[in-house]
Amino acid sequence: MLKINNITVTFEIDEGIVRAVDDVSFHIDRNEIVGLVGESGCGKSVTALSILRLIPLPYGRIETGEILFYGKNLLELDHKEMRKIRGRAISMIFQEPGSALSPLHTIGRQMVETILLHKNITRKDAWNIAEAWVEKVKISDPRERMFAYPYQLSGGMQQRVMIAMALMLKPDLIIADEPTTALDVTTQAQIFDLIRETRRAHTSILLITHDMGVIWEMCDRVLVMYASRIVEEGTRNDIFSMPAHPYTIALLEAIPKLSADKGRLKAIPGQVPSALNYPAGCHFFDRCPKALDRCRDEKPKLVNLGNRHRAACFLAKNEL
Amino acid sequence: MNYKQPKKSPLLEVYDLQTWFPIKRGIMAKTVGYIRAVDIASLYINRGETLGLVGESGCGKSTLGRTLLGLEKARKGKILFCGKNILELNYRELRDIRRRMQIIFQDPLTALNPRMNIVDIITEGLVEFRLIQGTREDHAKRLMNEVGLDEGAMYRYPHEFSGGQRQRINIARALSLRPDLIVCDEPVSSLDVSVQAQVINLLMDLRDRYNLSYLFISHDLSVVSNIAHRVAVMYLGKIMEYGPTGDIINNPVHPYTKALINAVPRLDFEEIEHKRKRIILKGEIPSPSDPPSGCMFHTRCMEAMDICRERAPLETKSGLHGVWCHLVKSKY
Repeated sequence: MLKINNITVTFEIDEGIVRAVDDVSFHIDRNEIVGLVGESGCGKSVTALSILRLIPLPYGRIETGEILFYGKNLLELDHKEMRKIRGRAISMIFQEPGSALSPLHTIGRQMVETILLHKNITRKDAWNIAEAWVEKVKISDPRERMFAYPYQLSGGMQQRVMIAMALMLKPDLIIADEPTTALDVTTQAQIFDLIRETRRAHTSILLITHDMGVIWEMCDRVLVMYASRIVEEGTRNDIFSMPAHPYTIALLEAIPKLSADKGRLKAIPGQVPSALNYPAGCHFFDRCPKALDRCRDEKPKLVNLGNRHRAACFLAKNEL
Repeated sequence: MNYKQPKKSPLLEVYDLQTWFPIKRGIMAKTVGYIRAVDIASLYINRGETLGLVGESGCGKSTLGRTLLGLEKARKGKILFCGKNILELNYRELRDIRRRMQIIFQDPLTALNPRMNIVDIITEGLVEFRLIQGTREDHAKRLMNEVGLDEGAMYRYPHEFSGGQRQRINIARALSLRPDLIVCDEPVSSLDVSVQAQVINLLMDLRDRYNLSYLFISHDLSVVSNIAHRVAVMYLGKIMEYGPTGDIINNPVHPYTKALINAVPRLDFEEIEHKRKRIILKGEIPSPSDPPSGCMFHTRCMEAMDICRERAPLETKSGLHGVWCHLVKSKY
């Protein structure tokens, strides 16, 4: 359904040019939940924004590549056509619902406006559709809540409204950028329940998160991103039971597990390199426990390890 | 888990602590009500021990930590530090206690003065307490080595460091006065996973090296379970359950603790997915300005009974494990 081929996104800042996304390719099938996991600054949000062409101009630029949505290259569409895609065919749920909703309008008005932008129906019908969706995302008293301003709702409720807005036009793809990071775990569980249900409506989801636990709970397939590049791709079971890239392996080991066994955690030494001076070869080179001489200067490509499990590491093939 | 209670009296004991914030309205700023941020909470921490304090945002866990340090004013209750009630001490007596209790904040950047370099930040406390022997630089070097920072960076400013390094600076500052207790208020929440583990390891090493006690406040049960000897679970200003970490994780008694543990996304690939029964709490946390009657949790509790709405449960204790829930008595 969605196929992204070799996109590179750069930002021009005072200190130089930053490659936020470097030669990234992946695809999302129908009815699939794909997780994009990585640490802050690795380029996962920029990847998501570039799909909807929401990269802030003029600093950011999609340098190369194509984004094929049902075979149509989104990068070639003009603004008018792009607006028809946004919200209708592909919608987005942002991390902070509080800042994604307009503080000046009631949620009902915001929802109706979105519907009217894409559908040629009366305001009254749109209001009814919106109200039905508010009820569907399990907000109590939907009738009254339609008149509420975002500040009158809790974070969990605001995120429900965002989800309702993302769903109500029945998009083919929802991009959820850290939808639960600002929420408590018990609220997160409620939101995930809701997201799982939407899958029944044949909607694909690209779920962006930094939390491997969330990936395990929610996703069919996983993309692991590190320093602007995708380092590993595979089904959930591939990634968790036989991770091939040293970064994925280290990341899984570094996560504190819910258990009573105390002991030192296996931390990854060093820090994520700055996007201004990535290592010349593999971006994980200076933190990698298994780095070879070759990794210093040569960028590893994603190699197929069978069954669509791919890793960008010179060692991956030999070790499996 | 075979964690044994030390024989000596605890370093810190808190009894029935209350911290309320007044809600003021109108031009006369009349107090119309109170936000009961901490409402009758008791706990203790032994020397060298880490007590994890977990709960959702707004449950009062940070306020409790801040009240211990005197950063918020307690309304009622007792805070015994080495047996002395610090709420009754005068300013001069408090000064020494303040040296012995330090805090590490969640956001490492806002906790550091942007116009001070690292030497000044780390040794400010030492200067204030006239504990400098030799130069400030000597002390700074020692402390920076202690927390794994490169001493060559000592004349730099906070904005030149990454998140993990900034948190190390905060830890060095907290450590400089050789405290007995450090309140760690979500110290790793703003850090990336790969850096989080480094900082948790550092905190554990320092604890073991200096026999430090931590009150480790976090919303993340997985992090807490790795570092804490004992855990206390807080909800709406009250402690719901406490006990050794193993007991709380493996045999939680309070329905809220159960739901909280259940909600943590887990990497339990060995465990078969459907074996885990999903508990999803309904509704939202009630407002602490208008808390429910009886048990605080009854509005969201799946096992709520009539008595839960009417009367607040009393503590049921067995060994080191305590719980406030009406179900306990009716079951056992």
